[in-house]
Amino acid sequence: MSATDPQAQFEQVVMPHLDAAYNLARWLAGNDHDAEDIAQEASLRAFRFLAGFRGGNSRSWLLTIVRNTAYTWLKQNRPQTLVSIADEELREIEDPAAASHSATLHHADRDVLRAALEALPVEFREVLILRELEGLSYKEIAEIADAPIGTIMSRLARARKQLQEYLSRKGAIEK
Amino acid sequence: MNCHETHPLLHAYLDSELDLMRSLEVEQHLKTCTACDAIKRSLQSLHSALRQADLAYRAPEALRTRIRQNVGSTATETRPRHSRPWLWQWLALGAIGFAAVTLILNPPGISQRDQLANQAVASHVRSLMPGHLTDVLSTDQHTVKPWFNGKIDFAPDVEDFAAQGFPLVGGRLDYLGGQTVAALVYHRNRHTINVFVWPAKTATPESTKDLRGYTVINRDANGLHYCIVSDLNAKELGDFANLLGH
Repeated sequence: MSATDPQAQFEQVVMPHLDAAYNLARWLAGNDHDAEDIAQEASLRAFRFLAGFRGGNSRSWLLTIVRNTAYTWLKQNRPQTLVSIADEELREIEDPAAASHSATLHHADRDVLRAALEALPVEFREVLILRELEGLSYKEIAEIADAPIGTIMSRLARARKQLQEYLSRKGAIEK
Repeated sequence: MNCHETHPLLHAYLDSELDLMRSLEVEQHLKTCTACDAIKRSLQSLHSALRQADLAYRAPEALRTRIRQNVGSTATETRPRHSRPWLWQWLALGAIGFAAVTLILNPPGISQRDQLANQAVASHVRSLMPGHLTDVLSTDQHTVKPWFNGKIDFAPDVEDFAAQGFPLVGGRLDYLGGQTVAALVYHRNRHTINVFVWPAKTATPESTKDLRGYTVINRDANGLHYCIVSDLNAKELGDFANLLGH
């Protein structure tokens, strides 16, 4: 198979990142069934757009498509989850209150952590998933989430603070 | 560095997104400040808990299979049938002819310009990292303009457009398309605008592009080329572009 064969190209560009794609879809959709639909649709879109992919970061490219597909799906099926966290209204991360907790997380139960992440607003959840679970850089996250890096940094700080507050309410954090 | 300066950098510090200098400054502060160090440790514990809990979902095998099948059938739908090979030979010849004509009509300069726009967007994004935006921080055009003297071999026009709602923030040197360029930084509300300036060697047609969510405007004025990048909408950035070089 030559490199120009679209199916072979799909195997090289898209399939290696299918776990990351499914992970993002799963955390945005909230259940297996819808996550599979979103990941499948995003993959097929990626296949159709393959000719437009100019090389570079194929993971970010695919995750951007997954995110767009997931948001379109959320808009149609779960509009209430998209009540946006107007970034303008968020206080700057320079606010010391946002720099948050000094308590240490000891043994956090996996299910408690999962529930804590699911309780976050979707824009906060996605930056944490991309940063903590996928290990992406701020720049990559900014590209995928289509927001300035400053906004990504402020969302990350807020997300971590909310996560700590949730865990502390559940007694997973010891003061 | 004090607590107030350290707080907003702690996340970027732990995420390894700070440059070496900043990183060392944060470390220095953490050595002497127990309050900040406690916040750092709590963020670290959250980070390792998230990593250790193995929270990432993996794509089910059935999904992989289904996607491959779908892609396979889409691919064959669009693939030509080979029942009339002579037709495809003629079409192939036609395509080669078309490609040749396209190459002649669209010299590679176009893709180079795209590449430059891509680089400009990358520089813009990089400039937004903490501490990267400006080397000379001043809203005073009479401070920013002389700062470039001796650093580059041309003199960019530096003007403050605060009255029009685009205050000057400062400037820095940047590197684009294989040369050192002047970068002027303006603000529009919460948006940052980077203006990359270099001498126009050949005339470039004015263009406005949308690249990965950033607006990129290219234009020539007074023998200089201006490449303007921001996440601001094309309309307002166009208004701003019209102010430059007049």
